[in-house]
Amino acid sequence: MAESIPASHGDHEVGHHEEQGFVSKYLLSTDHKVIAMQYMFTGMAMAVIGGFFAYAFRMQLAFPGMDVPGWGLVTPNDYNALVTNHGAIMIFWVAMPVLIAAFGNYLIPLMVGCDDMVFPRLNRLSYQIFLLSAIVLMASFFVYGGAFGGAWTMYPPLSAKAEYSLTQLGSTIFVLAVALEFVAFLMGGINFITTAMNSRAPGMKLYDVPMVVWMIVVASILFMASVGPLIAGAIMLLFDQNLGTAFFDPDRAGDPILWQHLFWFFGHPEVYVVLLPATGIVAEVITTFSRKKLLAYRTILYTVFGTGVLSFTVWAHHQFVAGIDPRMAHVFTVTTLLISVPIAEMMFVYIGTLYGGSIQYTTPMLWALGFLVTFLIGGVTGIFLGASGADIYFHDTYFVLAHFHYTFFPIAIIGTFAGVTYWFPKMFGRMMNETLGKIHFWGTFIPFNAIFLPLFYLGVAGQHRRIYDYSAFPELAQYQDIRVFATSALLVMLAFQVVFLWNFFHSMFRGEKAGANPWKANSLEWAAPSPPPHGNFPDGLPECHRGPYEFSHPDREEDYWPQNQPA
Amino acid sequence: MSARPIANTRTAAGMPTGKLAVWWLIASEIVIFGGVLGSYIMHRLAHDDWAVQAAYTNTWIGAFNTLVLLTSSLSAVLAHQAAESGDGKKAARLLYATCAGAVTFMIVKAFEWTTEITHGFTITSSTFWSFYYTAAGIHAAHVLVGAIIMLIVASAAKKGRDLHHVELIGLYWHFVDVVWIFLFPLLYIAK
Amino acid sequence: MLELLIPQASTFAGDIDFVIELIFWIVLFWWALTQGAFCWLMFRFRRKDGVKAEYIDGSETYPKKVITWAHMAVLVFDVVIVVYAVQVWHNVKITLPPAEQTVRVIGQQWAWTFVHPGPDGELDTADDIAMNDELHLQVNTLYHYKLESKDVLHSLSIPAFRLKQDAIPGRVITGWFETTKTGDYLFQCTEICGIGHALMPARVLIETPEQHAAWMAANSPVSVAAQAPQAPVAVALGAPVQE
Repeated sequence: MAESIPASHGDHEVGHHEEQGFVSKYLLSTDHKVIAMQYMFTGMAMAVIGGFFAYAFRMQLAFPGMDVPGWGLVTPNDYNALVTNHGAIMIFWVAMPVLIAAFGNYLIPLMVGCDDMVFPRLNRLSYQIFLLSAIVLMASFFVYGGAFGGAWTMYPPLSAKAEYSLTQLGSTIFVLAVALEFVAFLMGGINFITTAMNSRAPGMKLYDVPMVVWMIVVASILFMASVGPLIAGAIMLLFDQNLGTAFFDPDRAGDPILWQHLFWFFGHPEVYVVLLPATGIVAEVITTFSRKKLLAYRTILYTVFGTGVLSFTVWAHHQFVAGIDPRMAHVFTVTTLLISVPIAEMMFVYIGTLYGGSIQYTTPMLWALGFLVTFLIGGVTGIFLGASGADIYFHDTYFVLAHFHYTFFPIAIIGTFAGVTYWFPKMFGRMMNETLGKIHFWGTFIPFNAIFLPLFYLGVAGQHRRIYDYSAFPELAQYQDIRVFATSALLVMLAFQVVFLWNFFHSMFRGEKAGANPWKANSLEWAAPSPPPHGNFPDGLPECHRGPYEFSHPDREEDYWPQNQPA
Repeated sequence: MSARPIANTRTAAGMPTGKLAVWWLIASEIVIFGGVLGSYIMHRLAHDDWAVQAAYTNTWIGAFNTLVLLTSSLSAVLAHQAAESGDGKKAARLLYATCAGAVTFMIVKAFEWTTEITHGFTITSSTFWSFYYTAAGIHAAHVLVGAIIMLIVASAAKKGRDLHHVELIGLYWHFVDVVWIFLFPLLYIAK
Repeated sequence: MLELLIPQASTFAGDIDFVIELIFWIVLFWWALTQGAFCWLMFRFRRKDGVKAEYIDGSETYPKKVITWAHMAVLVFDVVIVVYAVQVWHNVKITLPPAEQTVRVIGQQWAWTFVHPGPDGELDTADDIAMNDELHLQVNTLYHYKLESKDVLHSLSIPAFRLKQDAIPGRVITGWFETTKTGDYLFQCTEICGIGHALMPARVLIETPEQHAAWMAANSPVSVAAQAPQAPVAVALGAPVQE
């Protein structure tokens, strides 16, 4: 085979690589696995910051005017900046880098059976731009006027004019950071798509590609196709803020609604951009631990394509009462409810995959099942918001907030934990502690529901969003006990994350050694040693002989059948 | 510096990796320009009075620049042909000609904008002028970046290296050209 | 169901509640069904020693049929929801029944100004009553509101009416509601509008015709021009608005 790597160079620096120092090996490396780790650890650090913000503003909500330990008094300005940056960080600097960039970088080359991304240096550049964007965002907290507090949606005129937002520099930095982040992910996306399309192992047909790779690729395409208008919008908004143009300024013939269209044309597909990789991870985990073939591989693919296409036609359901032509709401109600069909179908296929299985309740499996349970709630509550008649009441209440936390939390946190616990043995060559893993799962899963189920109730009771203190609203002030309860649950959940951090870092160095394929799974990454060396497959790049989900095949003694094993 | 990974040499999708990536790059750029132009068209339809503002743009300069870009695209095509037949030197010469087109375009643009700004039509004059400078500015940035990459590709092609890059930069250049074909009627002709 | 938490004070509040409850029961059914099947599968097919999982390669019809039926049913329920939701939306947001009274609602950072037509029932006359953060309405009356904003986006939200509409600077947005019940209701701003977003509570006071007339007589700037202003302070149009 012309492309096999010479194996004589030892396990570490295969072929063309020389011994490297710490900086060039871990900070400037072009190895996709190192870049994946960079994304993951940056994402984890940002998650700690985003979680800390949540802690600070939830404490203020539960105990208004309190000196929050670690933050101090949460002023109205602080509160707005905290919720704004919590939202932006969790979506742009946690969900996207971890789910798409970290798992995409780590898994795509391994799962399609090649040695690296097709453009390693572009990959490194995209991480560096991403890191820069994170630093730029954090800098906004230290400039005069403080960080931007006009919500992560950045609606003008509030975001465009300093005399309204009172954060001249903060708003500019926020928009700039978001735009930089988009550029980083566009570069990463081109890499993911091209690698998955072109660098598949010999014999790997399109329907032999593991679901998570498909999902990350489709997510990258969705991102690429939706983010352009918002990049254009961000440039226009930056000009409005700093050059005095009037694209979104109604006083000078601009149109603030235009921004909302540009934002949500990206903003709604963005939900599926982060959702799809998480569902891909779940597909890998539930097939492996129920020892079952995915019930309907192609059906899932079609639902993904259907969802992807439909996701471009639903954006204005975020703007039903925003002053758009009310007749448009009819169209967007129909498209929004239509999207429930492919998503429900996908859920049914996942749940149906369990049928006839032999389910092992390992930690990753618990996370994957937990994803389905919570995402189901997130999905069904979305129907209320997509139906125009009901949305008049629910728009901008805590019902919306609870709904999207029931979608984003399963995606960004539960899905990520499923992926991290599942591929940890591959990444670091050691197993995580199962008992601690299960304690962490229940310590996250139960408090999560305890935080957000009550918030549905508050939303139904008419509590509106982004208010730092409800004491001015007698009808809402009476629900203070519920707020205290939700905040307490948050504290419990945050406390349990310490278990994870301990388990993660302790297992990384002290965990039980894992073999190449500890879960007896099929896809190609398990054919590489754990952790895979630079170049991934020291014994030559694998060939693919079958689909990734051939579990419990009746002709075989063993209940798995790796993709690279000749028939 | 690491050598090309094996991943880069595979063509499971039936197209060289670089070309595939350039197509995806162009796809993502199309939506960026789509956002700007879509916003512009929406605004324009809502404001008939913009025609008055648009009347101050110089159609002849715009037409001249269109011609320059089209010509430079032609030399990019010829450069690709030369590269296909393995003649790196000829490809490089033709790419330099394309660059000369880009430089001409930028010089004309600079002259045009200077005139307009001295006549008081700045980016803040009205939303039409905001769009005019923003859309043409983003496009000009692409011209500039394209010209720089083209110089790098040409200097490599002269030594006979990386001849397949000639086609890639050509693809990108045609895209920049096509964007201008959309910008020109929208900003200059529709009055 | 919803009225246990929040009173219904407009004619369409009941319609909107109906849509919400309809969706609630539909999704509760689906959620319970899916969750039930899910839990059963998780229990039934837990790992047992010596039992190998089945190999279902996609050609078996049974699981496929179940999913196909479920997915058709989802579509049918979607249609039901769309029909009712769109109907209510059309009624609340698209049709505009003739007004008996018109009020102007102006949002700004960070207060609401409500301009009531005075005794003559017309806006933009000398006897208009402008008030901060108090909207006085008469019961069983169909109002048009003219919603404006002086600076950034705000949003008019009256939970008891189940009504919400964003205010956009530079535009006047007209909508309607009809009051049905006297009382003192919450009025919120539900679109983030800067650091004072939490400081924009207002009240909607729905009064009987007699009370409303008395309030009007006491506050009309024409008839009370000579008197000292009473609390709550009525401000003349164009005067600086205080918190």
